[in-house]
Amino acid sequence: MKKQKLVLVGNGMAGVRTIEELLKLAPDLYDVTVFGAEPHGNYNRILLSPVLAGEMSLPEIMLNDLDWYRDNGITLHAGRKVTKIDRVRRKVIAEAEDGSVIEAEYDRLLLATGSVPFIPPIPGKELSGVLGYRDIADTEAMIAAAGRHRHAVVIGAGLLGLEAANGLMLRGMDVTVVHLADWIMERQLDKAAADMLQASLEARGMKFLLARQTEALVAGEGEEGARVCAVRFRDGTEIPADLVVVAAGIRPNYALAEAAGIYCGSGRVRGIHVSDTLQTVTDPRIYAVGECVAHRGTVYGLVAPLFEQGKVCANHLANFGIGRYQGSVTSTKLKVTGIDVFSAGDFSGGPDTEDIVLHDRQGGVYKRIVIKHNRIVGSVLYGDTADGAWYFQLMKDGQDIHEIRDHLMFGQNHLGDAGHKGENKAVAMADTAEVCGCNGVCKGTIVKAIKEKGLFSLDEVKKHTKAASSCGSCTGLVEQILASTVGGAYQAVSAYDKPVCACTDLSHGDVRKAVRQHKLLTIPDAMAFMEWKTPNGCATCRPALNYYLISTWPHEAQDDPQSRFINERSHANIQKDGTYSVVPRMLGGITTPDELRRIADVADKYAIPTVKVTGGQRIDLLGIKREDLPKVWKDLGMASGHAYGKSIRTVKTCVGSEHCRFGTQRSMAMGVDLEKMLFGMWSPHKVKLAVSGCPRNCAESGIKDVGVIGVDSGWELYVAGNGGIKTEVAQFLCKVSTSEEVREYSAAFLQLYREEGFYLERTVHYVHRVGLEHVKKLVVEDADNRKALYGRLLFAVQDYKDPWAERCADDAAAPLRRQFETLEA
Amino acid sequence: MTTELEKLPVATEAAGDWKTICALQDIPVLGARVVHSAQGDIAVFRNAEDEVFALQDRCAHKAGPLSQGIVHGRQVTCPLHGWKFELASGEAVAPDVGCTRALDVTVADGQVRLKV
Repeated sequence: MKKQKLVLVGNGMAGVRTIEELLKLAPDLYDVTVFGAEPHGNYNRILLSPVLAGEMSLPEIMLNDLDWYRDNGITLHAGRKVTKIDRVRRKVIAEAEDGSVIEAEYDRLLLATGSVPFIPPIPGKELSGVLGYRDIADTEAMIAAAGRHRHAVVIGAGLLGLEAANGLMLRGMDVTVVHLADWIMERQLDKAAADMLQASLEARGMKFLLARQTEALVAGEGEEGARVCAVRFRDGTEIPADLVVVAAGIRPNYALAEAAGIYCGSGRVRGIHVSDTLQTVTDPRIYAVGECVAHRGTVYGLVAPLFEQGKVCANHLANFGIGRYQGSVTSTKLKVTGIDVFSAGDFSGGPDTEDIVLHDRQGGVYKRIVIKHNRIVGSVLYGDTADGAWYFQLMKDGQDIHEIRDHLMFGQNHLGDAGHKGENKAVAMADTAEVCGCNGVCKGTIVKAIKEKGLFSLDEVKKHTKAASSCGSCTGLVEQILASTVGGAYQAVSAYDKPVCACTDLSHGDVRKAVRQHKLLTIPDAMAFMEWKTPNGCATCRPALNYYLISTWPHEAQDDPQSRFINERSHANIQKDGTYSVVPRMLGGITTPDELRRIADVADKYAIPTVKVTGGQRIDLLGIKREDLPKVWKDLGMASGHAYGKSIRTVKTCVGSEHCRFGTQRSMAMGVDLEKMLFGMWSPHKVKLAVSGCPRNCAESGIKDVGVIGVDSGWELYVAGNGGIKTEVAQFLCKVSTSEEVREYSAAFLQLYREEGFYLERTVHYVHRVGLEHVKKLVVEDADNRKALYGRLLFAVQDYKDPWAERCADDAAAPLRRQFETLEA
Repeated sequence: MTTELEKLPVATEAAGDWKTICALQDIPVLGARVVHSAQGDIAVFRNAEDEVFALQDRCAHKAGPLSQGIVHGRQVTCPLHGWKFELASGEAVAPDVGCTRALDVTVADGQVRLKV
């Protein structure tokens, strides 16, 4: 088949990202031709500020060099400005500086012409030494001017203006920032934060003239003719200026489109008008993405929304036709090294809004969260922006925050995640500081990878550096590093909305829903129904799918061992040297002399190198060869302890009133009872319980998925505690009087989690996501629903057979045992 | 990144005889079996299309047993730290860099034959 022709006008971040996304989906669909007005490959425009500041070089900010275009068979016309679109003959016409003309025909056309700096109509704006701030040429001109001249004036104290001013100052110029409004960055910051930022920049030597209107740029005599020499204000005062950078905002660059008769709006919202599929409203063959676009009345000037647009646009160009762009919520960060500012949403206040404010002028910290009807609508952070991504996420998700209101200001991690010395301010960390304690990745390594490889998302950083890819406790830190390195280009993606993995566009929630609604019972059927992009998934999606099938349709869905992680497939825990560890079941942590003798005999017979007591009150035999597993199980004569599964692990108990002089309840018996009830329960992640016989809580019920604490009048139930990566105290669910109620309520909570939790989501994260109110409503307040949940859990675990017994029996089926046997060659 | 493979003796093209190791059905679909050999453990994989592949059973990263990983498409994911390898060539999937040795393996009359 003859390939269709796709022409891209605008060789910038939005357009090229769209092409990259398209090549991933349909590499052979189009012959692609790219026109760029600048004589370069595609570079990371956001990093021009660090280049100006001398912190990075131009080669470091290239995203796609010329080889990339060649390797992908893309024709690139760099340094050619498209001057006309002929929609009737479906071609574009471009001119080079030397006047030569090139034409290119298209079947589909993608416009990504970006924006142009807005230069207000001030007399003298055409003088030499007056620049906008947009591209490599502007940046190079500024660097050159800094080498020869002394006085710089930046007009406009927005994000771009301040970054330009900072760069020029670092290059030795005397810089004055002139601003029309009463405080700097007035669109991103409130006055309090702006004042702090201004004071901090002033301390570095930057000067400010606020509430000043520029009347004219005054010409002087330069070597090469009329050059600007001063800026004059409306009040008649003048300041010297050898270089004037106008950063008074940007305007979408839609002139080319408008001249071709494509609707570009009128009045306030000007830009190439596109639909949710990123097609121009005028011509369905023509698409547009990026800063030149007006979508639902909004023009975006930050890069993150452009990437979202690119993804949707590529999907439609690839003829897949799924996905709509529905607009973006944006946040901003100022990229001035050593200064941390974050802002998102609407913080102008209003009749229904309320503020939570922390203002430590001396300590240089200001945090303001604006709340409306129990939801975050905006936030401004200065000095400590560690929780910016979290607030932003809560705002985007529209999450009800009244439950966490009292500690909202102290951030998400005020209890601390383990593994990086409690560090929670990435900006303050040295390059040599370890960020990921699992894989030993330092901050400098992450920053380098982000810059050199042009990474924009958390997933990309995880893939390339391995940081945050093991236990994940440093995810927040890595996100901060990403945000501070690429600035506004980083857009946190809600973990709940993002696809399960690259094999599908569906999120965990979507997959759960489809499995339930369409009664999907096998992995091949589920993948076919949900149009998986890979033939049989990957190591991320298959275990998740398998869990969703068996938890939604117990006794009906087909459990696929090949889709389970090795530990669940071999019913033992794999160790670094490929041997396994075996933990026999010991209900409630109670054992007998007979069991201990057998364990000792097994340890001797198989020369087991390490015998260890676990944190969950069990005995772990480590260093067993794969071939020996069935023999070890047989000799032990004990059931599997499931220490390897996303399943019930252990119920830890204290001795309770059976022996203890303080005990108020029989905690051992309760624990044994619960553990028996839950035997064979698979869950989104591991589940640990504890039962303590009195409030002294020796079984540590406060940090368990379900914690039970006996009191004289009954039992208190706590849920969603965690003692691992994230230390989180369990939340009080309710108090009950009898052991049967403990069983019923605990089982109902766990069943709710099993039905609603996403694979690999611990109860702490699940309850964070859905809210404790939701759990209470369905488990505590609604008795019928509680009993139904309880019934479904009992049904799911009914007839569960001990997997060790099944595999070590003399007459065990060959397929069950073959994985433990080695072949000979 | 140095690979564990560099420390292993490299078999030459000529060395090795074809040996029948098991029937195709003895390997689970999307699974693997381990074969003892003079050159160490070999992982023999079977994918959903009934293609078979053989790799040295040592991940290039930290020598994890690839035979115990999850098989998908024409790749396997190591059970220890999630590195992915091409079953046909033994090459790590980018951005990881490394290689584990691939061996010749065929199926004839339902029997799996390995060249060791």
